[in-house]
Amino acid sequence: MTFAPAPGLATAAATPVAPPDALLTRLDPRLRVGAALAFALLVAALSSLAALGAALASALALMALSGLAPRATLRRMAAMDGFILIMLILLPFTTPGAPIATLPGGLTASQQGLHLAIDIALTANAVILMLMVLVGTMDPVTLGHALGRLRVPAALVHLMLFTVRYIEVLRAEQARMRQAMKARGFRPRTDLHTLRSLGYLVGMLLVRAFERSERILQAMKCRGFTGHLPLLDDMRLRRADLCFALAFAALLTALAGLELGLVRIA
Amino acid sequence: MSALLDLHDIHFAWPGHAPVLAGASLRIAAGERVALVGANGCGKSTLLRIALGLLRPAAGQVTAFGRPRRTEADFHEVRRRAGLVFQDPDDQLFCPTVREDVAFGPLNMGKTRAEAVAIVDAVLDRLGLMHLRDRITHHLSGGEKRLVTLAAVLAMDPEVLILDEPTNALDPDNEARLLAILQSLPQAIVLVCHDAGFRARLVGRECHLSGGRISPG
Repeated sequence: MTFAPAPGLATAAATPVAPPDALLTRLDPRLRVGAALAFALLVAALSSLAALGAALASALALMALSGLAPRATLRRMAAMDGFILIMLILLPFTTPGAPIATLPGGLTASQQGLHLAIDIALTANAVILMLMVLVGTMDPVTLGHALGRLRVPAALVHLMLFTVRYIEVLRAEQARMRQAMKARGFRPRTDLHTLRSLGYLVGMLLVRAFERSERILQAMKCRGFTGHLPLLDDMRLRRADLCFALAFAALLTALAGLELGLVRIA
Repeated sequence: MSALLDLHDIHFAWPGHAPVLAGASLRIAAGERVALVGANGCGKSTLLRIALGLLRPAAGQVTAFGRPRRTEADFHEVRRRAGLVFQDPDDQLFCPTVREDVAFGPLNMGKTRAEAVAIVDAVLDRLGLMHLRDRITHHLSGGEKRLVTLAAVLAMDPEVLILDEPTNALDPDNEARLLAILQSLPQAIVLVCHDAGFRARLVGRECHLSGGRISPG
């Protein structure tokens, strides 16, 4: 079974798409996943603001190289910030330490808390931006194959590839059922009838998705499926990949050096 | 006589694709039975969905029950008075039991539960489907599903019945049963069907849809 993205999927997903000939998109997908992972692990361990700032700056620089539309990409990064904003605001007031400011109500902000909040904000933004640049520019099927080649458990890879393949089928099924409901005069209101009807819709989608999955499995078994998906593409490391790997390793080393005080920003 | 449905000069294209409909016009008079014929993918289902406002045409006028229909609110009344039976019964049947599914339309029309249950019993009885009343919808056979979707639409007492390939995957017995039921109905019917024999026994007029336009057959 080969996995082609369902038609319409690329247009349906609001993913900022990098031009296919951009420098980063031509790199080996496994390398991009590995680099993003190494970057995330290192940045999570950093605590000096200089090193964290440099990490965010390098992610921004790579975004410029990647050919991603900066506005859309930064807007998505800001969307992630929305999730942690409350925590960032509360941290200075909830972390014990040297007081730096007192609110009229008697709440005291600590210097350690402020440092922690900045640390988390920089870490989160640097990592999410690097993920969007290196991994987010990959189409989901390529990502699945790369994960498979990186020896991620087959069950997880299959789960991801099947989700990519069938999410559009489910969406279309849901849309057809909604049309059929509309054709019989259904209009959502705040009443029990609406809740019950929408509940039936969700329930029926689940039942059908389950039955479809069994039919697909049967069809795959008929074609010799035994739990192993052969991946057709071969991924090879080229010279450009090697150069990128070396440059990225140098970047990570520099970040670690900054953290340990071995390197100073002039 | 004024037309129940009057589609005039309808244009439609899916985004990024060549136009499906390019000036299609169709008129259905009260009590009239019309078949819409054309190749797979020529836009028959699209035209039916436009008639009910489930899709909006790029250009053209939809007049239904004597009034022009443009906005979503205009089509609420059209959907009560024109019943669409979907090509795939599974799109239509989404409630757990037959009784609930047939009651869905009447409840949307503002009937009380008691009234809806009475309508369900009357319709199922009329179509000879009382034995299916408490069955689970997705355990029904293909033929049973088709007849239940018809009952679900008839429960709204529409003035015109729009049938999108109703004989798909029906065995000869169920097809004969469906034909007998449809022949006994007073409603106007718009039929999309690839079976020439079925069409000939049900409708009086055939329209051909090709190249995005309709020509009388």
